[in-house]
Amino acid sequence: MKRVEHATRSSHIGVALLAGTFIVLACAPFWGDRQTLRLLAEIFTFVALASLWNLLAGYAGLVSVGQQAFVGLGGYLLFALVIVLDVHPILAILIAGPIGALVAVPVAALIFRLRGAYFAIGTWVVAEVFRLLASQISVLGGGSGISLPAAAVIAMAPTRQMREFEIYWLALGITIFVLAAIVALLRSRHGLALTAIRDNELAAQSNGIDVWRIKLIVYVLVAFGTAMIGALIFLQKLRISPDTAFSVNDWTAFVIFITVIGGIGRVEGPIIGTIVFFLMRQTLADLGSIYLLMMGAVAIVVMLWAPKGLWGWIAERFGWQALPLQRRLVLKEETGGKP
Amino acid sequence: MGWVNVILQGVLIGGLYAMFAAGLSLIFGVMRLVNIAHGDLIVLAAYIALMATQGLGVDPLTSLLLVVPVMATIGYALQRGLLNRTLGDDLLPPLLVTFGLSIIIQNGLLEWFTADSRKLQAGVLEIQTFQIAQGVWVGALPLIQFIVAVAVIAGLQVLFYKTALGRAFRATSDDQSVAQLMGLDTRHVFAMAMALSLAIVAIAGVFLAVRANFDPAIGPARLIFGFEAVIIGGLGSMWGTLAGGIILGVSQAIGAQIDPGWQLLAGHIVFLVILAVRPQGLFPKVSG
Repeated sequence: MKRVEHATRSSHIGVALLAGTFIVLACAPFWGDRQTLRLLAEIFTFVALASLWNLLAGYAGLVSVGQQAFVGLGGYLLFALVIVLDVHPILAILIAGPIGALVAVPVAALIFRLRGAYFAIGTWVVAEVFRLLASQISVLGGGSGISLPAAAVIAMAPTRQMREFEIYWLALGITIFVLAAIVALLRSRHGLALTAIRDNELAAQSNGIDVWRIKLIVYVLVAFGTAMIGALIFLQKLRISPDTAFSVNDWTAFVIFITVIGGIGRVEGPIIGTIVFFLMRQTLADLGSIYLLMMGAVAIVVMLWAPKGLWGWIAERFGWQALPLQRRLVLKEETGGKP
Repeated sequence: MGWVNVILQGVLIGGLYAMFAAGLSLIFGVMRLVNIAHGDLIVLAAYIALMATQGLGVDPLTSLLLVVPVMATIGYALQRGLLNRTLGDDLLPPLLVTFGLSIIIQNGLLEWFTADSRKLQAGVLEIQTFQIAQGVWVGALPLIQFIVAVAVIAGLQVLFYKTALGRAFRATSDDQSVAQLMGLDTRHVFAMAMALSLAIVAIAGVFLAVRANFDPAIGPARLIFGFEAVIIGGLGSMWGTLAGGIILGVSQAIGAQIDPGWQLLAGHIVFLVILAVRPQGLFPKVSG
């Protein structure tokens, strides 16, 4: 009997470790102070953003430097829904996802005409257009930005502490949802097609995979997730402006560094990368622009000498996978079969 | 006569955009490399010119004699030492390495020169104007800038089709391995292409710095203008790139005339419309 299995011994350990980490993190409001909760929530959003970018660039080969378009769009949708339509902030985050996906369809129709690196700059132009349009909307503060009305914030939860817990759990929940969706996608039929595209686009196409369609699906799904995370980020910040919402440094440069350092084209990469990124930030952020300069240099060094990143190196050295994703053909003797 | 002036200014700015674009187009044509740090290198050239004018007391146009060779040398070294290693079938390494480079240049300039706005002073040249028709005025500097842009494009055209180096560029562009078999050292050819690209970047950087204020953060927008001019004009066509720059400049000028907030937006929208209706650009030569 032949079977395709995903799990390995290391993935069993990996999943058990992740489940344990999840329980510890879910209890963080009981053991961590406010500072810790804020930092953790920020880490979660970067894990989610980097995982989404990894799906886009690492698997579908769509190297975008314009994902800030969807982070900012999500943020502005949150503010628009709350301020103009009086929607509850948490509901607004959930609505931001589908709208982000909807906006991504015509955007994709345009920029998919550009290939490779020109695609990358095309995504950047789109983000610039979004930024310039946002600064034209006077209801949302125009170029100088706007704060979330206090009434809407208070409506979330009566006390400040409750509110902080709520946002923390929301961040954890949405990040787990994004990660679970990515793992589910990669384990599906489309995931096999995506992995094939990652490894060799031409070969994937000659095996009958509709590459263009798969790429479109991924682009739209990633926009869905990124817009939702964007709304979440600006619910944490409580203030938005075109320059912060559509910042190429915060939402693209950092995300790319995280993914490259952690290991592009592997689900575990962005998680490892985010941990490294925040360790570096906590110790070196006082250096200001020198710190950014070092990040750029580290990314170049990793790209040239260890292009598969930290996790890629570990995975190849030890054959580990933290999540059950690889497909392996298992040949088994049928037990208790015919004599 | 208001609109004639507006469009004329747009055309003249278009020359500058064409210079941003020409360097980008050149290296893409020769080695399929898109340099994300292109805009930041333009700003770097502007700062080198600033140091030259302050340190040596020369005027900006004379400083080109120093800035151009310095940038060309940086280009050769950058390609030979770093970027050649990234070239191959995979598109990710060149993209991410030049992206990292962009962050390094931006923050390096920020560290060295602070975030203050700077400008190069060109003296009387800056305020001289001519009346070319009733009510139509042209500044000396924008005119020089446009003439230089046309000369750069024409020069590139001659270099590509009339010289041995141009032949080497075209050969490696067509087929790298055959070019290698014919005895071309492609690493050297690529490095020469990058040197030439950054020589043009140097000229563009100096004119940018004379025309308006600059600071370390303005690079990416220059990259985007250059890129838009390349795509509007059509990949691989130098004169198309000049036309693309002019179209972009005129769109921005008209947008700004309608509402100052629409200056950049108008340029981007024209770019997106051309991408929608004619993705190969107006004057295409090769497919990307």
